Amino acid sequence: MAAPDLIASLQRQFPGKVGQGREFRDEWSVEVDREIIRAAAAYLKEDLGLNFLLDISSVDHMGDEPRYEVVYEFAGLGGPNDQQHLRVKTRVSEDDASVDSIVSVFQGADWHEREVFDMMGITFNGHPDLRRILMWEGYPYHPLKKDFPLEGLPSDMPGEGGFSRVSPMEGGPFVAPPAPPPKIGDAPTTVREPRAHPAAHPEKPV
Amino acid sequence: MTTLDASINWMRKNSLWPMPMGLACCAIELMAASCARFDIARFGAEVMRFSPRQSDLLIVAGTVTYKMALSAKRIWDQMPEPKWCIAMGACASSGGMYRSYAVLQGIDRLLPVDVYISGCPPRPEALLEGLMRLQNKIMLERSTEELKKLPPPNERVAA
Amino acid sequence: MPETFVEFPDSMESAALHAAEADSAGKGHLGQNLILNMGPSHPSTHGVLRIMLELDGEIVIRALPDVGYLHRGDEKIAENMTYNQFVPYTDRLDYLAPLANNVAYALAVEKLMGWTVPPRGQVIRVICCELARISAHLLGMGALAMDTGAMTVFLYIFTEREKIYNLIELLTGARFTTSYTRIGGQIRDLPPGFVEQAKEFVEQFKGKIDELDTLLTRNKIFVDRNKGIGIISREDAIDFGLTGPDLRGSGVDYDVRKARPYLTYSEYDFDIPLGSVGDCYDRYLCRLEELRQSVRILEQALNRLPDGPINVGDGKGFLPHKDKVLTKMEELIHQFILVTEGIQAPVGEVYFGAENPKGELGFYIQSKGGGVPYRLKIRAPSFVNLSILTKLLPGHMMSDVVAILGSLDFVMGECDR
Repeated sequence: MAAPDLIASLQRQFPGKVGQGREFRDEWSVEVDREIIRAAAAYLKEDLGLNFLLDISSVDHMGDEPRYEVVYEFAGLGGPNDQQHLRVKTRVSEDDASVDSIVSVFQGADWHEREVFDMMGITFNGHPDLRRILMWEGYPYHPLKKDFPLEGLPSDMPGEGGFSRVSPMEGGPFVAPPAPPPKIGDAPTTVREPRAHPAAHPEKPV
Repeated sequence: MTTLDASINWMRKNSLWPMPMGLACCAIELMAASCARFDIARFGAEVMRFSPRQSDLLIVAGTVTYKMALSAKRIWDQMPEPKWCIAMGACASSGGMYRSYAVLQGIDRLLPVDVYISGCPPRPEALLEGLMRLQNKIMLERSTEELKKLPPPNERVAA
Repeated sequence: MPETFVEFPDSMESAALHAAEADSAGKGHLGQNLILNMGPSHPSTHGVLRIMLELDGEIVIRALPDVGYLHRGDEKIAENMTYNQFVPYTDRLDYLAPLANNVAYALAVEKLMGWTVPPRGQVIRVICCELARISAHLLGMGALAMDTGAMTVFLYIFTEREKIYNLIELLTGARFTTSYTRIGGQIRDLPPGFVEQAKEFVEQFKGKIDELDTLLTRNKIFVDRNKGIGIISREDAIDFGLTGPDLRGSGVDYDVRKARPYLTYSEYDFDIPLGSVGDCYDRYLCRLEELRQSVRILEQALNRLPDGPINVGDGKGFLPHKDKVLTKMEELIHQFILVTEGIQAPVGEVYFGAENPKGELGFYIQSKGGGVPYRLKIRAPSFVNLSILTKLLPGHMMSDVVAILGSLDFVMGECDR
């Protein structure tokens, strides 16, 4: 089955909870409501043969509501839909940043969900062991949120009274603002020119 | 500097036993330096014992993150005197190109570094050059004075 | 001695049975289980991985891997760098095969842009990927051999890797951490003499693979330490999302180069080795055979190197040639805008996975326009391959843990990013 048919099948199975499929560069993605994500994953795995979970990522659309987006990449290995890819996305709002965990469907989702929790702060209901995986236990922030600065915030480290300091930015990196390509009638180039990273504060001595 | 100093230093510098703290990419160049082409055994330093209690040179090769920093400090503390430290690579010297929330900007925030080797990663020849500079530095130490500063043997066992 | 104590479990079945009994019997017998911390600094050449093992004598009851000791914040850094500025960070992901990471990243961003590199550029990239694959597999096998006791093999493979480093240095200027590709092509063409030197290397390397084979494959100690250890079943391998030789060792036929061919891989004649049992020995054999297949691909690629440009061309997004920049106004402005603002990507999202030596390295890029990605997620094969440790290690003995880690062949730079 081609990806649009997979999406159509998903829409028939969960009427009203699955959005329209979108295509970009020969890849299809579809947005589903977050209540049905576990059922959708199980349906994709058992009935549609997409039994390979490639990746779970999260995106922070700060300023939009709902703020977070969890992106699942499914693929088929063997079976009727061999090498079909489908991207399933779900939006999660900031007030209730939680999604059902799909560990019961795909065992490999375990570490991916822990990483999403660690980096973005989205909790997964039903996850057997939701701990931080890349940062240390007790790190108070979720680094990949858009309002967390690249150079970090000072925090305590476990054991022996250590603490992490803010990295010196020293005027860099020089950031070009993510913006649409310029058109005629746009603001002059000085507005679009790269400027020093906002946190160019000097580093406090040790 | 006495002849005793010179001989002690000569013995120490020609058989530095490294404790490789191979954290990231620099570890691969460290391994390459210990293999056949850039033989580190010529300098007496091929005994890469992974036990800190049996080594006298800590080579920090790779990015030190805050999560790892504690372990690095513990290993340094476990090494007996006399001990030296080489910060190999840009990440160990100053954080390198990783200026982010998770990276310690240089291992010299935690432990005293004797030689910094720049490069990302430094070629094995650069590591050997750094080792040679450290050897020159060791030759200039006043080892007998350090030995005299130690308390007598039966008082040395601390709590 | 408590009655549940098994003196010398002489087979995997009895060891696993004992582990299961110990788990269900609780702590009824003498003493408690030992919690052993296989700490972040340990003598295997695998980088900073920490595993907390609960041991009952020699047998692992539970294993809890702890990763993140090399987490450097690559994904957050990517949100602050233009696409071309991020290329050096991709080198340091799987630092045993930097060229392969560069190529995978460049392909992912080119997919976002909708560009295709001209044929010569593609074949150069294939050559880079296969050289990187040989280099990474050699080190993986050498590390496994050294951990199981065969120290000689480690030294031999490093000699071969030095020859590959010579080639890479001739091509890119650096031994490793090459930063060779840019979005839309490569920074320089093959230098004169590269093709001949590469062909020479490939010729003599075939004999070296046989030497490696002779040293390890039928070596009684190596076989005993690896056969029957660390068996990953087909279903587990697919369910956990393993890729690369770890997956193919369990018999699943999935190689991105054949399944979704990229660059010019569909034109070459090569096979995909598959394992049958899924133990450490099978994974080792897969890697050994992949070396031979890489040599095949390299020979074909070196022989049919087409002429032509290697980059997508000045008009789109590649930096103009330096002598034009220094003499003509239009190219100067073009260069200025490209360097400062970066190449302007369309709004959209892509996922691209390439067959890296460790598995499928995937990049998920979400762009809202502009020169800087909005979100760059790196799907690291080593991260996913390591997640199977919690299920795989229990039931094995302590010394098997080392063999399993060596055969899984992961790189912490990639796992933690």
